Amino acid sequence: MGVDVHPRNYSLTGPLNARAVEVGLANAEWYRTSIPRKQMKELMQRSDGRATRDTLVWLGLLVLFGGLGVTFWGSWLCVPFFLAYGVLYGSSGDSRWHECGHGTAFKTQWKNEAVYQIACFMMVRNPAVWRWSHARHHTDTIIVGRDPEIIAPRPPQLWKIALAFFGLLDVPQALGAMLRYAAGRLNDAERDYIPAGEQHKVFSVARIWVAIYAATLLACVLLHSILPLMLIGLPRFYGAWHHIMTGLTQHIGLAEDVLDHRLNCRTVYINPLSRFVYWNMNYHVEHHMFPMVPYHALPRLHAAMKDDCPPPYPSFWAAYKEIVPTLLRQLRDPEYFVHRELPPTARRMPASSSPQAAAAE
Amino acid sequence: MADGWIDACAADDIDEEDVIRFDHTGRTFAIYRTEGDRYFATDGLCTHEKVHLADGFVMGTIIECPKHNGRFDVRTGEAKGAPVCVNLATYPVKVEAGRVLLQIG
Repeated sequence: MGVDVHPRNYSLTGPLNARAVEVGLANAEWYRTSIPRKQMKELMQRSDGRATRDTLVWLGLLVLFGGLGVTFWGSWLCVPFFLAYGVLYGSSGDSRWHECGHGTAFKTQWKNEAVYQIACFMMVRNPAVWRWSHARHHTDTIIVGRDPEIIAPRPPQLWKIALAFFGLLDVPQALGAMLRYAAGRLNDAERDYIPAGEQHKVFSVARIWVAIYAATLLACVLLHSILPLMLIGLPRFYGAWHHIMTGLTQHIGLAEDVLDHRLNCRTVYINPLSRFVYWNMNYHVEHHMFPMVPYHALPRLHAAMKDDCPPPYPSFWAAYKEIVPTLLRQLRDPEYFVHRELPPTARRMPASSSPQAAAAE
Repeated sequence: MADGWIDACAADDIDEEDVIRFDHTGRTFAIYRTEGDRYFATDGLCTHEKVHLADGFVMGTIIECPKHNGRFDVRTGEAKGAPVCVNLATYPVKVEAGRVLLQIG
């Protein structure tokens, strides 16, 4: 006998949007660990030094590996260089898009904006659309019907997750969206979270990108080679795997519709190389609870609040040992999720202020 | 309260380059102390979404919202770009005898 599986409606224009508003899950007050103001101010301090160094290393490595890839093009020797170039383009681009979108990487705002624009182009994420999408993700993290960045709706579609490792679904969709924006059109969900006064910015950037991709394609035709696309565009496919590997650990399999980031985010200890590529977003509980803390201060923030949080996962392996079986179980039981247990030292969110109780009634 | 001025706090209650929350008659305000002991006041909630700016971060004369990193100039209330698009209301502030006074109007 088959099992009845009832998918939830994750659409921002569906009935669960209004439901979330009705029960107090939308634009709600979230739990925050108590950290003395003086300490918090120190953690929030901005500087240009660390991000400038990291950005010069990042761009320098892109030039180095891209140059070596071009030099050895036509032989197998180019493969490792393009593999490295791809990760720096199609995965580091994700973390730079994210941190500079928050405006916390650099103290100087034009530097945040410049790196944001470059990273958005690499990731094929329209800077205006994704700025608003991500703002909503922080307002309503994993609130069904409200959060546009829930990447594994229940029951999960595993084939979509598998294809994401090489951008095979999301990048063609992003390129299609770019053409749609260039034609001056937004869909209903985008109109839901992008204010009318901001929408013109979506269209102008998309038109510039279309021109860049057209020039790249023209170069391919003139050179009778896909080499220009190996440097611009294709690395978003062949270098995406690292940002998917890290990104899947953020929220997948954890609770939906809770107002406590300790219950719907993971903090995972990972290797230094991945932390450079990912710009420390493995401290994800910390980032969501205090998004004004720069990436380079997240380890210190983690030390300050870890007694108030569930234990961090000690490795990618530990995180995926939980994620994979959870996704498989959710195929037949979409109501299943991982309950994160708070340690005895943690404060609890007052039950009286929990809208989940109201939602459950 | 004299001539519409409200005693909000002691001047030393706010550290330099910092902000505190001040609630009065059901309304909430943010009072800032910037470099050079200059004081400013704005509405206490971000115009993007209802988040207390007093939990945010003061950099020079900019306040950054703690939730989405939206920025305002505390001197004028001007929204400095997405995700904040609507300016903050500002209020006159003066310091007398070590007290910060606010004219809410």
